[in-house]
Amino acid sequence: MSTTTSRALPSGANPAPRSSILVATSAVAAAGTMLMFGMLAMWLKFRDGSSLRESARGKMIHDWLPADIKIPEVATNTMAITMVIACIMAQWAVYSTRRNDSSHATMALAITSVIGIAAINAQVAVYLQMGMGLTDGPYQTMFYAITGTMLALLVTGVAFSIVTMFRAVAGRLGDSSVMSAHALYWYFLTAVFVALWFVVYVQK
Amino acid sequence: MSTVDSTATAGHASTSSALGTVANWITTTDHKKIGRLFVGASALWMLNIVGVGIALGIERIAPDTAIFNSNSVTQLFAMLRTGATFGVLLPLTLGFGIAVVPTQVGSKSLSFARLAMFGFYAWLIASGLVIGSIVANGGPGGGNSQMVDLYLMGVGVGLVGVIAASVSLVSTVLTSRRSGLSLLEIPMFSWSVFVAAISVVLTLPVLLGSLIYVAVDHHYGRLVFGGNEGIDMWLGWGFSQPQTFLYVIPAIGLLAELAPVAARIRQPLRGAMLIGVALVSSAMFGTVTQTSHVFVWGGTLSDKLKSAIPYAWFNLLPVLGVVIVTLLALLAIQKGTTRLIAPLVPTFLGVGMIVVGMAGNAVQKIESAKLAGSVFEEAAVTYIAYGAMLCAWGAISYFGPSLWGRKISDTAVIGIGALGMFATVLASAPFYFAKDQVAGVVSDFDYSGPQTLFNTVVSAGHVLMALCLLSAIALSVKSLSSGEAVSADVWSDQ
Repeated sequence: MSTTTSRALPSGANPAPRSSILVATSAVAAAGTMLMFGMLAMWLKFRDGSSLRESARGKMIHDWLPADIKIPEVATNTMAITMVIACIMAQWAVYSTRRNDSSHATMALAITSVIGIAAINAQVAVYLQMGMGLTDGPYQTMFYAITGTMLALLVTGVAFSIVTMFRAVAGRLGDSSVMSAHALYWYFLTAVFVALWFVVYVQK
Repeated sequence: MSTVDSTATAGHASTSSALGTVANWITTTDHKKIGRLFVGASALWMLNIVGVGIALGIERIAPDTAIFNSNSVTQLFAMLRTGATFGVLLPLTLGFGIAVVPTQVGSKSLSFARLAMFGFYAWLIASGLVIGSIVANGGPGGGNSQMVDLYLMGVGVGLVGVIAASVSLVSTVLTSRRSGLSLLEIPMFSWSVFVAAISVVLTLPVLLGSLIYVAVDHHYGRLVFGGNEGIDMWLGWGFSQPQTFLYVIPAIGLLAELAPVAARIRQPLRGAMLIGVALVSSAMFGTVTQTSHVFVWGGTLSDKLKSAIPYAWFNLLPVLGVVIVTLLALLAIQKGTTRLIAPLVPTFLGVGMIVVGMAGNAVQKIESAKLAGSVFEEAAVTYIAYGAMLCAWGAISYFGPSLWGRKISDTAVIGIGALGMFATVLASAPFYFAKDQVAGVVSDFDYSGPQTLFNTVVSAGHVLMALCLLSAIALSVKSLSSGEAVSADVWSDQ
């Protein structure tokens, strides 16, 4: 018996760790990117297909954004900056997790959640300030559809942050790939929001 | 007393056992069960679309008389189109992938099995919503606006489910392979499922985005997308070619897997085979542009090139992929000491039907062929959907022994495969020639040619396919309970 044991081959090396959650989040982020960029492409198609009119400055512009509607630029710009800060917080959580620092990881995730909620609040404020109805015209319908979808994605991001935060509170910091996946999701949210912000709120 | 008690106990045990089995199935995280749920549910959709095909075929035999009113006809066409893709091709791809891929890549389980199960339930609920709404005149072009809203919601929920299940598959292949198995070494079927799942993850969200716009617009203002009449215009690409090519990639992969098994050799030029399967996914670049890339022979050389390059890129490249796989499969069969294995027959014939459908799509996109708006497209969809169903029959007979330990008779597999191919040709080929028959209508059409014969043959093809399908379902169920048991090592032949 002992001879057999001594002749047995040593067990092979453990397989390299593969982060399922990170890969799955990447796939979801890819799907979300296609969703939002597909919607932005349709937005641009309709904007370019609209008729031309003379702007207040005398330039010929597409008659897409109704003349009586003003985009609240302060709120939208603040949202864009807020989203970038959320990424920094999510990355801080990854950094803290790698240092096994539960309190900082929890704090970073809590701030990410609050920032996400602030972004949702800002979006609602934008709706209220613009004060337009969903059925007022093609621009309004498409505006609510695309920003509403972004809002739904933001809600999923906040939920992800809260769940990850509870994991951190419970001390489950061993698997840092969850934190990395969380950070990746916020990078994705920020990237698509910045694209939406530029096309819908800046270029109008 | 004791007898009564024991009977009662046995009855109770039997009831609880049955309930336990049901509970086990509906809450399962076993990849084989989730996959079988997808495939089983899609069989109901298959019966549905074959039935609709029969109904439309009979209606078209005599174009001067009408059995259904115009609303019903519109909805039957909607059912056929939605069912062939959303109800049959997608769940078959996902079902076989979920059931087989973990086993092939050496994983004990599916990554995020509950996500895949969520995907199944979302798709199943969506199927109910879609069928219910179409029946209540709510499909594309339907007259009941509330039901149209329900249809759009159903498709949206289903898309979310399908994407979720695809994410689970992608994650399984990328992260759960056994140690030492590289991505390029995985079996061909798993590779094809991986390619198809990635294609689904990248294309269906674009369809979902369009659907959100259309649904919001339809429910509220109907100012932008043309209401119920605009649904096909904005979402139709998701249920048509070349998007359907992405759903049949695993069928191509099954042929790539079976050929070297039958030939008893390693696949020659395996790298080229991998590329061939992946080339089919080039169709996704064409679909996400949401444009039909038609070849127009006119204007200057520059104009011709501007038309020819996207046409070739988006319509011919996927066909080239299938041709590469088929030729390499034939090369393996020619080089090896080939014996006939039953699953190869329906698979080979099914892929042949898919190639004919793909070629038909390529011809249809040539403007001078003047096939747009004719029944030609319906024939291409039928070729692809029925071809995929034949491949599914091949997959059931090939993977069945490893999934439930019992096999299906070789004679039955080959017989149904051959009969299914014949049925597919009957149900499709006449419409490749009846190019003057307008798509989407069943009466008041007239053209020179044997229109009654064409429509009768098409109806007969659908009827024959229904019989094949019922036989296949019956044989599969019989195999589950009383089929011939297989040896412990079901992969011993490979």
